[in-house]
Formats: sequence, C-alpha cells, structure tokens
Amino acid sequence: MTYQPQPDFGTPAKTGPDVTLTIDGRAVTVPAGTSVMRAAAEIGGAIPKLCATDSVEAFGSCRMCLVEIDGARGLPASCTTPVAAGMVVKTQTPRLEKIRRGVMELYISDHPLDCLTCAANNDCELQDTAAQVGLRDVRYGYDGANHLGQVPDVSNPYFSFALDKCITCSRCVRACEEVQGTFALTIEGRGFASKVSAGAAGDDFLSSECVSCGACVQACPTAALTEKSVKEIGKPERAVITTCAYCGVGCTFRAEMRGNQLVRMVPWKDGKANRGHSCVKGRFAWGYANHADRITKPMIREKITDPWREVSWEEAISFAAARLQKIKAEYGARALGGITSSRCTNEEAFLVQKLVRGGFGSNNVDTCARVCHSPTGYGLSKTFGTSAGTQDFDSVEDSDVILLIGANPTDGHPVFASRMKKRLRQGAKLIVIDPRRIDLVRSPHVEAAHHLALQPGTNVAVLTALAHVVVSEGLADEAFIAERCDWDEYQDWARFVSDARHSPEALEPVTRVPAGDLRAAARLFATGGNGAIYYGLGVTEHAQGSSTVMAIANLAMATGNIGRRGVGVNPLRGQNNVQGACDMGSFPHELSGYRHISDAATRALFEAEWGVALDSEPGLRIPNMLDAAVDGSFRAIYIQGEDILQSDPNTHHVAAGLAAMDCVIVHDLFLNETANYAHVFLPGSTFLEKTGTFTNAERRIQMVRRVMDPANGYEDWQVTQLLAKAIGLGWDYGDSSQIMDEIARLTPSFAGVSHARLEAEGGLQWPVNEAAPEGSPIMHVDGFVRGKGKFMVTDYIPTDERTGPRYPLLLTTGRILSQYNVGAQTRRTANVVWHEEDVLEIHPVDAENRGLSSGDWVRLASRAGETSLRALVTDRVAPGVVYTTFHHPTTQANVVTTDNSDWATNCPEYKVTAVQVSASNGPSDWQRDYEAQAQHARRIEAAE
Amino acid sequence: MNHDNLIRMANQIAANLAAQGEAAAVEQTAQHIRLYWDPRMKAALREIDMQDLSPIAKEAAAQVLDRKTS
Repeated sequence: MTYQPQPDFGTPAKTGPDVTLTIDGRAVTVPAGTSVMRAAAEIGGAIPKLCATDSVEAFGSCRMCLVEIDGARGLPASCTTPVAAGMVVKTQTPRLEKIRRGVMELYISDHPLDCLTCAANNDCELQDTAAQVGLRDVRYGYDGANHLGQVPDVSNPYFSFALDKCITCSRCVRACEEVQGTFALTIEGRGFASKVSAGAAGDDFLSSECVSCGACVQACPTAALTEKSVKEIGKPERAVITTCAYCGVGCTFRAEMRGNQLVRMVPWKDGKANRGHSCVKGRFAWGYANHADRITKPMIREKITDPWREVSWEEAISFAAARLQKIKAEYGARALGGITSSRCTNEEAFLVQKLVRGGFGSNNVDTCARVCHSPTGYGLSKTFGTSAGTQDFDSVEDSDVILLIGANPTDGHPVFASRMKKRLRQGAKLIVIDPRRIDLVRSPHVEAAHHLALQPGTNVAVLTALAHVVVSEGLADEAFIAERCDWDEYQDWARFVSDARHSPEALEPVTRVPAGDLRAAARLFATGGNGAIYYGLGVTEHAQGSSTVMAIANLAMATGNIGRRGVGVNPLRGQNNVQGACDMGSFPHELSGYRHISDAATRALFEAEWGVALDSEPGLRIPNMLDAAVDGSFRAIYIQGEDILQSDPNTHHVAAGLAAMDCVIVHDLFLNETANYAHVFLPGSTFLEKTGTFTNAERRIQMVRRVMDPANGYEDWQVTQLLAKAIGLGWDYGDSSQIMDEIARLTPSFAGVSHARLEAEGGLQWPVNEAAPEGSPIMHVDGFVRGKGKFMVTDYIPTDERTGPRYPLLLTTGRILSQYNVGAQTRRTANVVWHEEDVLEIHPVDAENRGLSSGDWVRLASRAGETSLRALVTDRVAPGVVYTTFHHPTTQANVVTTDNSDWATNCPEYKVTAVQVSASNGPSDWQRDYEAQAQHARRIEAAE
Repeated sequence: MNHDNLIRMANQIAANLAAQGEAAAVEQTAQHIRLYWDPRMKAALREIDMQDLSPIAKEAAAQVLDRKTS
C-alpha cells in the first residue's frame, strides 16, 4: 500500500454500553467512556491535537483540541471529555479557530523552521496541525527565548532526540510508562525550562533505563524523536504488514519501504499479538538482513577441510542430491535426516519434513523445539490433549494472580511483558518462581507478592509442594475437577501430593524455598481469583522438563484455572515460529497436527497426498542423530535455519557428530558455526524476503509478507523444492499458498486456514476447522480436547547432575533483551552496544571466595568442558548459582553444558550444570583453537 | 548406538514413571520406548547389559523386544 501514517484516534478505544451524541450535526454512537475526540475521529473528523495519541490515555495539556459543547461551560478539551448521551458538540467555530491558531502560533515561535530539510517533513503532526488550523504567520517573531540550537542526543544507535524540535507534549514519557512500563523518561524542570529527560543528570538515552522499545519514537508528534534510518534514507513511500521473526510473541509490523530498501519497522496498531507495541529487536534490529557477512551464493566442498567454492544453484543442488542419493543407496533411508527451522515459515518447515519423510524415506526429522519446548508438547498433550498454550495474550487483562515460573519475559518476550506489567500495575498479584531475581520481581510500579528463589533443578518439588498446600488445605476446585477431569485420576494425584513428604516443610531442604513463603504463594494462587500460569525454558530445559509441564497443568486443573479468560497454562515459546514448526510435523514421531507416525489411518492420508509410502517407525531426535552419526549409521543431514553447533548442548559431542557425517547441508543466512562442518551451503532468505505464515505462542497464524526480493534469488521453500526435484520428487508448488492449502488438507487443526483467509481476516488461532470456524482464542472452554483432563502423578526425581567438591556451583543459562539466542542476527546489528559479550553472573559471596571482581576473566569448567568469560558480580543470582547467556560463539557456553536431558523428550538440561569458577587470564586454549579452526573452515576459494 | 546413553535414557524414563506403580510403570516405559525411539535404538536394547537397567526399565525393555520379535 502507498505510505500513509497509521490512523490515530487520539485516545484509546473503550468498551461499554453504546452512547449516541451529535458532533458537527452528525449522529455518532460509541461505547461509554470514549472521548469526544475519538468519537469525532470515528466518523472521519479530525479535531486538531498534539498531546493526544491513541496509544496512551488523554493528558489534556496542549489545548489544541478544544471544542464547544452545548450547555457546557467554557471550551473543554475533547481528549479528556467523555461522551454523554445527547451531547451536542461543535469542533469547528470561529472562536475555536482563533484559540487554536493562537496556541499553534506559540508552539511554532519556538520551533526550528527547517521543515524542508527535516526528516519528518510531510510526516509530522506538528506540521499537519499548523496547516489544519491555518497558521500563516507568527506575530511574535523568533528572537525571544527559545530552545533552538541544542545539541541533539544521538547516543542511541537507532534514534536521536532533538530537544529543539520537542514540544514537551509528554507523549514519549507517557508511552514509556503506559505502553512499555519502564518509566525511563520524565519531564525535567518547570515552565519554560521543562524538557524531556532520560534519567538523572548526565544520563543520555543510551546510559538511561531506556530499553529502546521505540514506543516514544512512535508517539512523538514531531521530529524530536526520530529513527536514524529515516534521516539517512528518507520518508517511506509504501508500507507492507508483516510478522516479526524474533521471539514467539509474533508482533506484526509495518515494514515501511523506499523502493526495495527498508526504512523502518513500525509496530502495527491492529496487530492482535502486540497491540501496536514493539521491542528493540523487532523494531530496530533488522540490519542483519543486509550485513556484509550474509552469504548469497551457494557453495560446496568435497571435504570440510577444503575451502568453500562458490557455484551455481544448479551445481550446488545436484552436488547435494548426488551425495544424498549415494548415501541412501549405500546405507539406507534411515541414514538420512533433516532439521526444520523455527525461524522459517510454516510452509517451509512443512516442506522440509515432507522432504525427509517422503523423499529421504525416513522419519529422522527434528526441530529446534527439541532444545526448548518439546516438553511443553509432551506434557500438555498428555494432560489436556493439545501441544500448545491455552490462552491468547489478551487474556492477561483478566488475570488476578499471575504465576510466572522459569521465564524472564522482560528480556525474552518483552512486548508481552509490557502487557503483563500493565495488568500488574492495575493490581493483579505476581508470584515469581525463579532462581534468579528477574526484573519483574521488583521494577518500577511492579513488585512480586512472592519470589520463590528455588534451587535450580527443583521445579517439580516446588510445584508438588504448591499442590500439596492446595489439596491439603481444601483449596482445590472440586466442582471444576468433578465436571471437567477424570475424578479417579484426580484422587490418585491428590493422595500423592498430600503425602507428608511433599509438604513445603519436608521439601524445603531440597528446594531451598522457605515453607512459609511457599504456603502463602499457594494460597494466593488458589484463592486470588483468576490464576494464570506463564512459563518458559526455565521449566522445560531440565531433566524433568516434561514432568514440570504436567505438574503445571495439574495445578491449573486443581484450582479450576482452565477454559476462560484470565487463566490458563501459557508457555512463552522462544522462537518466532517454534509453535508452527512443531505443528507442522517437525518431530520424528509425528505428522502435522501431532498425529503419531504409527497411526496407519493418518499415514494413509499423507501417503495418498504425497504418493509415497511412509516409514511407520519414529525417527531419530537431534541428540540421537548425533549419537548415530558417531556410530556410523547416520550420515547425511539437511539443516534449515538452525545452528546446532552453537545452540545445542555439549559442543564437543555435536562437533564429533557433524564431523562424522558424509553430507552436511546447511541452509542459512550466514556461515554459522554448524557450517564449519558442512559440505554444502545453501544461502537462505530473510523473513523480509518471503511470503508464508508464522504461528506464535498463542497459536495465532499470521501472514509473513515479502517486502523485498531475496538477496539469494530464492525464498527458502523454493530452495527445498529445488532439492526435492533433484532427488526425483515431482514437486511443483507455484507459491507458498499452495503449500498452506496442502497443510490444511492434511491437518485437521488447520482445516480452515488459507492465505486468502488470513489476508482477509488477519491472524487466526488454531484450531480453525468446522468445529471452530473463526479459530480458538481460548482452548478447553467446554471440555478438554482429550475429553477429561488428566492428572498426571509427577514424582520429583533429582537430576543426575550434582554439585560436589570439584564442581560446587550450579550454572543456569538464559538470554537478555538485546540479543537473541545464538545471536546470528542481533550480533550483526547495533544491538551489540548493549551486550557485546556473554558474562558470568556470580554472587558476591562466591566471587569473594574466589577472589573475583566484576570484569575479571574467569574459567568456567564443568564435566563436559570449559570456557572463559568475564565475571559480573551481582546478587541477582543466589549464592551457589551462576548464570550466563549463550549469544556469542566466542564464549561457547554450550561447551560447558552437558548432554543430560529431559526424560521424555531429550530436551537438554541447559538450566542445571555443575561447574567450578576460578580466576583466568583470558580466553582458554580451546577458545583460541576454535576461533582459528572456524576461520579456517570459512575460507572461500577465490574465483578464477 | 551409544549403549551408555540408551541405558541412561531407559532408566530415566522408568524412574519418572515409577510413581504410577510398578505394573503401570513397566507398561508405560515400554510404550514410551515404542513410541519415541528409532528402530536402531530399540534394536540396540538387545546388545546392552540388562544388569545396567533398573528393574522397571529391564522389564520394559524385555516387553519392547518381545513385541519386536513377535
């Protein structure tokens, strides 16, 4: 579409009974509580405004939006005046014109009149409003006291703040408070000296608490806060709605373009997942798409010790196909496999698993959910009957008690965290279960009622103790349970959790959670109204990840917190399309829609559609593939959009597995760490260069739209199709909508999904089928998908990973706001200004015992390996616990993590590794050797 | 396949299902292996030292191998 700013109704939408009034002679009906300004905007009117915008509550400071109301005294501000039945409003009269023009004149008398060279020229509300009120002259001249000539704050890498263009409307300050919930900005000084400030004296935007979400920039009505990219490139000329490719929140954005060049990403106000908000990654960190490191030409090599050789697509594809076919002929179909990408679209993930099952002839397909939320799929499937969360994000608006376990949303899922914080500011209570003092434990205007700082690895024990209190104190919702769950199974479970050995007091020595705190938290959750559970990888990435998910489901059922708004079990999925990749049949034991491969009837559907016979036996999971590779029975892998060498545990073992294979095909944007062991490199396309769909953590399927041509020439699904054709499959998809049509034909929960419908209606939440034609925002409303909810007895089994004299500390890992997973994208953006290296958080007591200070190099050693990084001494972690991120390959945190894994799914136990920390004088020998080896592996032969 | 890994996996599954009661745990452990293990992993159960398996895992492995043979 041609570029137009997003509509702005001035004040937020309200809900309530209808009220009818008259504005400028036209009748308008709006919900009670709506402002006169918004009511006017709803019928196409445009009352002049400067301090009002519909992302924040009305403020009433600029006096531009005055109106006349019959019978009312004076001239009320339309932004702060709610509608009333029978109200008669005039928005344009000579008196109003004169006042508005006078106010505007004052604003403009202290504004640099550099419109022609201003980045916001023709995209500026101040300019528009001046035109709207007919300002033609400034009688006061421009020589009086003013704010002109101030040095702009350009400290933030993505936007600048020009004080002389600021009209002190406070929209930025209010956006920071109300939308983002960070409270980083304020108005400093009084009267004429009032100015926007990002913190204490001496602070600039970069050094302040600002998290660079961009809400202030979006709210600014002038060029005071402007994206640097707009200054550099110019005003956009068109906008395309698409879906972010970072986390599982699934924010929708307007990709605003000039030609084939992206100018900026602006959160889309109508986005159902993000409701117009964004974070520093989705809003600003897209520069990787054109980074110099990006590989756009296919490459091959005979051996991984050879340099890469750039070749044509034809040569690369036929080289790969020949190797795959040779291996299949020699070792059989089960020697081949593939990994689908949670970064790619549903259509692309579906095709990769189809290639493996229908083309390679094995079920050796897996996806990165193996290392994140595979226990969610397992646990929720067993208890509820579906492998997904139960709510939409809007549901949090009705929550009274939020139980947050093993998740750090302000860093991992920041846009949803802002909505959660908003609800907490409105009075909802928060229980945090986390070994680390995450920001939500205490941040501006948010404080957890309880922080249960448990010992890593004891989630099941804590949840069982919570259940013990609920059952033994008679707080269970037995009416709900009797109606919705299997009563006998509940009785068995209730007996189990009621046992004295599961009391908070009995488990305190294990969990290190004071029994009194735990009892109080349990009572609050069971009796505090709508209770919602949100969780993340701190739940799943454990030896008992699946048990923990089931224990969460048990707790939700026992307290009747399922099947309506405000409650539910909500896994905060990590990657943009990890839900979708799982839905698409990326696991080795199941086809799309979570149907087991051994089910003959399901298999027959696919066999009929694909025209091939399918193996009825489950395939290998990623860690098993690597074992089998070392063993010699697994010899070829096609990896789309995943860097298993950096992201998977026990790096030495991953490297050994990859090195043992005869054919490793990496299909990615960059020569990632895994590509060091590859024989074929197929360049990938970014989310900006393809059309398809992503499914977010609330099961919402949303369109991803191509906004520019792929730099490599092909969308990723087209590359997979080339490979399929080369091994003899007769695929002939003309566009990705045809793939979605096939998915819909084969997958009951997607039966009603098509690109045409998504284009027309926006996102849809699966299941979308005959029973739920409009989709399913909330699941299990009238009953569980599996019939009766199933209580699963989940005994606490301590992990094999134990501390001892050699490894006395427990390492847990996570991620931070500015970087994303292995950092392949964010490390190639200006986000490195906030996090240029991984550091090890260590408690002051542990640091002192080792003679360590912040900034010191430390050696981090476990039974699996060792690495070196710098220390950060902080009491955010408990004594005995250390924490780091895994965003940088130079750190290789996963050299240290072990191959312990979840009992049911083999999801790695990233969150518990026994380690020792000691002083070091720099990177380890291994790190130096690795860097040298990586550089050697990335050599590209000079073209002849 | 790495026998140590397979033994560890089987024992871990059995330990986590043990609370269901022995008979159910054996049945569910066997079913878990059938549903989630690749054929070469199941086949390798023949080659491992059964003494390294917990009683539940051992019985479950026997059930898997019996069904596989029959």
